[in-house]
Amino acid sequence: MSVLVDIGHRLGGFAIDARFESAGRLTALFGPSGSGKTTLINMIAGLIRPDKARIEVDGRVLVDTNAGLFVPKHKRRIGVVFQDARLFPHMSVAGNLRYGRWFTPPAERYADMDAVVDLLGIGPLMDRRPAKLSGGEKQRVAIGRALLASPGLLLMDEPLASLDEARKAEILPYIERLRDETKIPIVYVSHSVAEVARLASDVVMLAQGHVIASGPTEAVMQRLDLLPAEERGEGGAVLDTRVLRHDETFGMTVLGSAAGEIRVPRLAMKAGAAVRIRIRARDVMIATEHPAGLSALNILPGTITAISSGESPAVDVGIDCNGATVLARITEQSRRTLKLHLGGKVFAVVKTVSFDRASTSAGLPGEADG
Amino acid sequence: MNWLLDLTPDEWNAIRLSIKVATVAMLASLPPGILIALLLARGQFWGKTLVNGLVHLPLILPPVVTGYLLLLTFGRRGPAGAFLADHFGIVFSFRWTGAALACGVMGFPLMVRAIRLSIEAVDRKMEAAAGTLGANPPWVFATITLPLILPGLIAGAILSFAKAMGEFGATITFVSNIPNETQTLPSAIYTFTQVPGGDEGALRLTLISIVISMAALVASEVLARRVGRRMDIE
Repeated sequence: MSVLVDIGHRLGGFAIDARFESAGRLTALFGPSGSGKTTLINMIAGLIRPDKARIEVDGRVLVDTNAGLFVPKHKRRIGVVFQDARLFPHMSVAGNLRYGRWFTPPAERYADMDAVVDLLGIGPLMDRRPAKLSGGEKQRVAIGRALLASPGLLLMDEPLASLDEARKAEILPYIERLRDETKIPIVYVSHSVAEVARLASDVVMLAQGHVIASGPTEAVMQRLDLLPAEERGEGGAVLDTRVLRHDETFGMTVLGSAAGEIRVPRLAMKAGAAVRIRIRARDVMIATEHPAGLSALNILPGTITAISSGESPAVDVGIDCNGATVLARITEQSRRTLKLHLGGKVFAVVKTVSFDRASTSAGLPGEADG
Repeated sequence: MNWLLDLTPDEWNAIRLSIKVATVAMLASLPPGILIALLLARGQFWGKTLVNGLVHLPLILPPVVTGYLLLLTFGRRGPAGAFLADHFGIVFSFRWTGAALACGVMGFPLMVRAIRLSIEAVDRKMEAAAGTLGANPPWVFATITLPLILPGLIAGAILSFAKAMGEFGATITFVSNIPNETQTLPSAIYTFTQVPGGDEGALRLTLISIVISMAALVASEVLARRVGRRMDIE
């Protein structure tokens, strides 16, 4: 399953010139607001007609302006979850869910009502009107409605952006289940590092209508210099790990990664489960010798592979820890004092308590290193 | 109370005819009303202002003028009237159908205005969402747009009905005042006021006229509220 997008479009003074291809399970379109993410999504869905474009989903050409081909939105079989849910106010939840199913040819209906309702936990809401739902419930119903049209691709346009933190935490696990338990590829728009690092298998980074980086999440997320300014503090290494064991005495979970064992606050997951962690660069310290008398529990030996100047006074240091790259954001003063240089042997130090719910999540099955 | 309900056959006929004319006028103008409202609300075409002006013309012209224009076009010798009579056997002049046509034309701007406003209030993003779910444009209109503009449709229909119940000038100019054929309530009341001793009959029909209009208004309120509750937008 793959998605190919190649678009050139002019909207007033704003120009989009973006090309990307992804075969990932969940591809994040990531960038600051105004970078053209939503416009791209609307073009893939067929809601905007691009000036020049070629769009393919799984080999099926949906738009080819050179050949004058433009498949209308109702024939694309692409599900869309909008930021504002857009549930039909004159229908019940059940009516909304059944809507897309009705227009799907019977031979192509693969989505099962009971399974989707169960997956999203919306069974108790079936008879309610959209106006009587909370924001989180609305988004879950909107996801279910898109799924039940049995789409070949699911587009999600910042589905969490209008929700508060509690509601986001309520929906994220459902999106993870969606990613892991269904076969539909997802293109997910977001401007949040936390969401992208947690959910995406692949990332396409956008700025001012252009693709500035794309590839596997672990690789793209390390380009701290590309992150939007307000999200830079959230940037850091993304590692796929596995639960090795739990330390019940101290309420911790020990994760196995290529870089070595990493202790995080107790997770409610079984041993062997895949866990994706994000180590914020600003939470990582660097030591030139194995530190002693230090409270931090995670001390990972490695070699400096990159030093890039961040915003003054910070520099970003990339440390290769046995194949897994950990990023550290330190001051220029520290770099000089410690005489850090490429190829230098160092230790990356991470406090266990610097991990929280936003930086540990269920990993993508089959992508863990440990 | 007896004097109120003790109606002559002619008076009964006037009431029946009025309701029939108003109902037919309302129902017949609904489809073109929706079409024109859609065109005005969403269409981008040359001459939109002209169409808008034409639709509103009956509202600003003296009713007598509208009636006379109808007589010229839909009368026996008028171009449209002759064509319809020859090819479809539909005759308007001096028939109750002509009264319905006159009432429909007079109420048309009111109906179009109400429907157009409700179409403009529809969130087009809802229609886009329905499209991504596989609905083609006609289905989107039938399943999303139409239900969402239902309150506006009801309001427009009731306005048209009420206007038809009270229409006098255009009707009497176009189809005259023939008992049992074109004599609607307003025409009957007018006739009573023209003869000596007709005060009682005029008052009787006036009261009945008020009752019918009030009933239509209440019915529309109830209907609109029920639709509103169904959509939780009350």
